[in-house]
Amino acid sequence: MSAAHFFALVGVGLFCLGLYALIVRAHLLRKILAVNVMGSGVFLVLAALAKRTGNAAPDPVPQAMVITGIVVAVAATAFALVLMLRLVAETGRAKLPDERIE
Amino acid sequence: MDALTLLPRIFDGVTGLALLLLAFWALASPRLFTGIVMFVAFGLMMSIAWVRLDAPDIALAEVAIGAGLTGALLLAALARLSAAQPAQESTSQSVKRKQTLRLFRWVPALLLAMVAAGLAYAVQSLPPDSPGLSADVAANIARSGVSNPVTAVLLNFRGYDTLLEILVLLLALISVWTLGGLSSRRTVSAGPVLDVLTRVLTPVLLLLSAYLLWAGARSPGGAFQAAAVLAAAGVLLLLAGWRPHPRLTGLPLRLVLVAGPVLFLAFSLTTIATGRNLMEYPPPQAGVLIFFLEAAATLSIGVTLVALFLAERPPDKEGQ
Repeated sequence: MSAAHFFALVGVGLFCLGLYALIVRAHLLRKILAVNVMGSGVFLVLAALAKRTGNAAPDPVPQAMVITGIVVAVAATAFALVLMLRLVAETGRAKLPDERIE
Repeated sequence: MDALTLLPRIFDGVTGLALLLLAFWALASPRLFTGIVMFVAFGLMMSIAWVRLDAPDIALAEVAIGAGLTGALLLAALARLSAAQPAQESTSQSVKRKQTLRLFRWVPALLLAMVAAGLAYAVQSLPPDSPGLSADVAANIARSGVSNPVTAVLLNFRGYDTLLEILVLLLALISVWTLGGLSSRRTVSAGPVLDVLTRVLTPVLLLLSAYLLWAGARSPGGAFQAAAVLAAAGVLLLLAGWRPHPRLTGLPLRLVLVAGPVLFLAFSLTTIATGRNLMEYPPPQAGVLIFFLEAAATLSIGVTLVALFLAERPPDKEGQ
């Protein structure tokens, strides 16, 4: 297996790990971490697949998209954190309301 | 297979395993603080993976933004969170519910295992060699005005990506301010170490930012990395207790925030008005134009990131 495919598989693993934590962890800060891990997994798949050029220089287009993605991810994270802190200020809890039907 | 060809494979294997373990601990550790520290370590490990994938531009962006700035944002949010709710919840009732919930955790785990298997199969079935668009980039790089292919894609070939991205950043900041922002933090004395470190590091970081911006045309670097380093200097200053003068947080701050987006928009409208495609540079002036656009973008992105870190809404008008 080439390094490109190996890192792409690691990226798939990270995505699924993050998705699982996003579903089962209740704390919103943990959910924000989980989304960031998912994003890193996607970036890893993108950049790893750009490396499928043998010994030549990798494809720069996915690399540029990953850099754009990293900056957008940090902006989204900052906004999500402020949303979470506002929710805590309003409700006193860092979790989404539980809508279980009794 | 001799040891020399085996060594990079072992290195890749350890890096990949460490990535998965660090991500697991970031998400599974019982304490949030541990989780965030693990996430920062995960970001640093990611940058090693980027270097292994021949992507030094992404490695720089990841170290500065993914690990550095995101870590600072998360830790600052955690500090505000523990100030808002000192006692961690965990009443006996919720513990009991957690136990019943834990029984059902294998359902999403099973579904996700299936998703993982499907994705892994999809990745594995892709052809092992695929040059993608690198041939097109290589054919046109001479006309792009820069010689670093990643910068050429970001600012020239797919310049609209960057245009939309700075707009997204501005949108995030406007959203934070629209929510009313956060109340200003208590400024605690930073202590002599951080004080001195900030004094020494700030000029170095400014210089490094300018260098990354200048070097981005030829070698790894560019507007985003430069902006991230600029933002790091700003975050350090904020942590050391510095606050911009109230006279600067009115119109001057907003002008700096929109300088990048406005210049990008003006340029793209000019290209359309002169009969070219959106963001199509005239080849002889492309290098100069890219440099000025990048400089404005660096300033705007850096200041936007610092403002996102502070998350305080400045007063609408001076003296109000």
